[in-house]
Amino acid sequence: MSALSAGRKAERRLGLLLCLPAILVMAAVAGWPIVYSVWLSLRRYDLKFPDRTEFVGLDNYVTVLSSPYWWNALWITVVITVVSVAVELVLGMALALVMHRTLVGRGIVRTSTLIPYGIVTVVAAFSWRYAWTPGTGYLAELAGGDPVLTEKVPAILTVILAEIWKTTPFMALLLMAGLALVPEDLLKAAAVDGASAWQRFTRIIVPVMKPAILVALLFRTLDAFRIFDNLFVLTAGSQGTSSVSMVTYNNLIKGLNLGIGSTMSVLIFLAVALIAFVFIKLFGTSAPGSDSEGRR
Amino acid sequence: MRGAYRRRPAVLGVVAVIAAAGLAGCGSDDGRITVNVYKYPQESFQKIVDRCNDQADGYEIVYHKLPREADGQREQLVRRLAAGDTGMDVLALDVTWTAELAEAGWIKEFTGADKTAVEDGTLETPLDTARYDGKLYGAPDNTNVQLLWYRSDLVPTPPETWDEMIEMGTKLKEQGKPGLIEAQGKQYEGLVVLYNTLVNSAGGRIVDDSGTKALVDDGAVKALEVLKKFATSPVVDPSFASSTEDVSRLAMEGGKAAFMLNWPYVYAAAQKKPDFAANFKWAPYPSIDGGPAKVTVGGINYAVSAFTEHSRESFDAVRCLRDAESQKFAAVNDGVPPTIESVYDDPDMAKPYPMRDAILDALKSSGSRPVTPAYQNVSTVISTILSPPADIDPKATGDRMRAELQDALDSKGVLP
Repeated sequence: MSALSAGRKAERRLGLLLCLPAILVMAAVAGWPIVYSVWLSLRRYDLKFPDRTEFVGLDNYVTVLSSPYWWNALWITVVITVVSVAVELVLGMALALVMHRTLVGRGIVRTSTLIPYGIVTVVAAFSWRYAWTPGTGYLAELAGGDPVLTEKVPAILTVILAEIWKTTPFMALLLMAGLALVPEDLLKAAAVDGASAWQRFTRIIVPVMKPAILVALLFRTLDAFRIFDNLFVLTAGSQGTSSVSMVTYNNLIKGLNLGIGSTMSVLIFLAVALIAFVFIKLFGTSAPGSDSEGRR
Repeated sequence: MRGAYRRRPAVLGVVAVIAAAGLAGCGSDDGRITVNVYKYPQESFQKIVDRCNDQADGYEIVYHKLPREADGQREQLVRRLAAGDTGMDVLALDVTWTAELAEAGWIKEFTGADKTAVEDGTLETPLDTARYDGKLYGAPDNTNVQLLWYRSDLVPTPPETWDEMIEMGTKLKEQGKPGLIEAQGKQYEGLVVLYNTLVNSAGGRIVDDSGTKALVDDGAVKALEVLKKFATSPVVDPSFASSTEDVSRLAMEGGKAAFMLNWPYVYAAAQKKPDFAANFKWAPYPSIDGGPAKVTVGGINYAVSAFTEHSRESFDAVRCLRDAESQKFAAVNDGVPPTIESVYDDPDMAKPYPMRDAILDALKSSGSRPVTPAYQNVSTVISTILSPPADIDPKATGDRMRAELQDALDSKGVLP
């Protein structure tokens, strides 16, 4: 309301000045590539035909958005995201409760749970691929010797399974941090009042943990939506199992079509921005470290 | 401190030399020029390089291995070429990449004495795969054509057409004997090769001569019918839709099949199982209705990067790497068919290459894959649309292929 004092103004100017280098670096490494992609997406630009580059307006968007391959990839991505994040939330919560309550060997329990998350995704994906390949893998033998990765639905299920195995520990870790926020006294008081374990979980633990749960969901949803490495190793997108990132890679790197590929990158960027917007504005997810507005 | 100061000029000198060497893309200590060859992992290729290095005049060839899969090789090459990388001099290219790299201006044309040296004595079919727009862009290193492989204990006379082959297999199955036909039906280049052979044999075309218009004519639709008939016949392997070259080979060696359509490398592999090898024979690829089949030609050509800083040395190295002696060595040790006709007559070829006459015959009546800079897109579209082959509906599949190929050729469509 009132005008800022001279000292406060100078302080603010200094603050901006100190931020400037960081802003410049961010603009160079994050801002410029985004702007350049948008520019490329408006051009016909195929490295195979260097003489035929031209400005085509929104033609590339029309091409991509009217392609059944793109919609199939989007659909696959959404299925993988929703299913894997939902399962991870349930499993992660169970794991978090176990880790939170463990009295003996807490360190060992936590460490061993985190092992899948510590393995490089591509390495883990290779071991999954070999496990599911008839002849070399034990899982394929258990499944009756069928090459599951060569059919669409079984392949997608395998990819989802690999995702869940890989990132449930991450979910559990974030949820465990949230569990630490739940006051013991509150739970004890509820128990004295006769609340069952399930009632204590749904009426006290979950509401108190809500910010932590939303942050965990936001992180995992954004991550799962951009799925690439697991898919690349497991199916490489054959039999219609491409995610949006996989299709973009195919067009950009394999097809050398910078125009179409950049269009897809921009669309993924918009989708990711939309997911973040929905979580933050509609569900009220707060970024870690920011004020949770007295939700506790 | 003072000591460090005094040493500085020397240090700077060393840094400058390293920087200069780095910039020039060659790092030999003795100031010799390095020719960097990028090729897929070939078992005895280093020996060929060593021999050429003994003959090399003032330069040294260094062999850098590319990934094992063709897609991975192409990706690494085109990514670095797109960036104008001067560190690559000689590139081993799949025959289908010539048009793409030539059109993009990433490989050099062979002219004058280099051109004559390459064309001299080389078979016309592989040479054609190195040409684009009437110019020569590659030096054929090895070629490849598929043959029909069969078991002589089950089949006394090999079939000449697809119908005959399916009929023979069905009879064998009825008698309770292995009667399956092995071929490549997975969604990848192998399926495109199979389909392309059928199209050429049926006298059809997928793409026109200019490489800009999708045709998919009656012959191409006829080929779809043959593929569909095979994929739904009782003699097709149940795992045809996920079968690659090696899967086919193992199924045949495992005693499931009487016939197999595959590259000549399977002969060398079969020799490790003497019982099986004794009855393992080859015949010309089956045709659609009599006459010779037009088998799809494969193979590798050497090209010189447009960004090389050692053009003369690179062309010189290519000459040696693909000369008759190198090709004979590669044929005998790695089983790849030569591109120089005289090598086939060499007496040393008789034992490792008893099927060399069949290969020569097949080469002379062979057909190529569509020639277009957008071949990668064309191939991806074809293998996606044909997969799985049992679901082909010849007329509708043909129409869909024509539409999507046209988009791919115009670099408009989305690659699946």
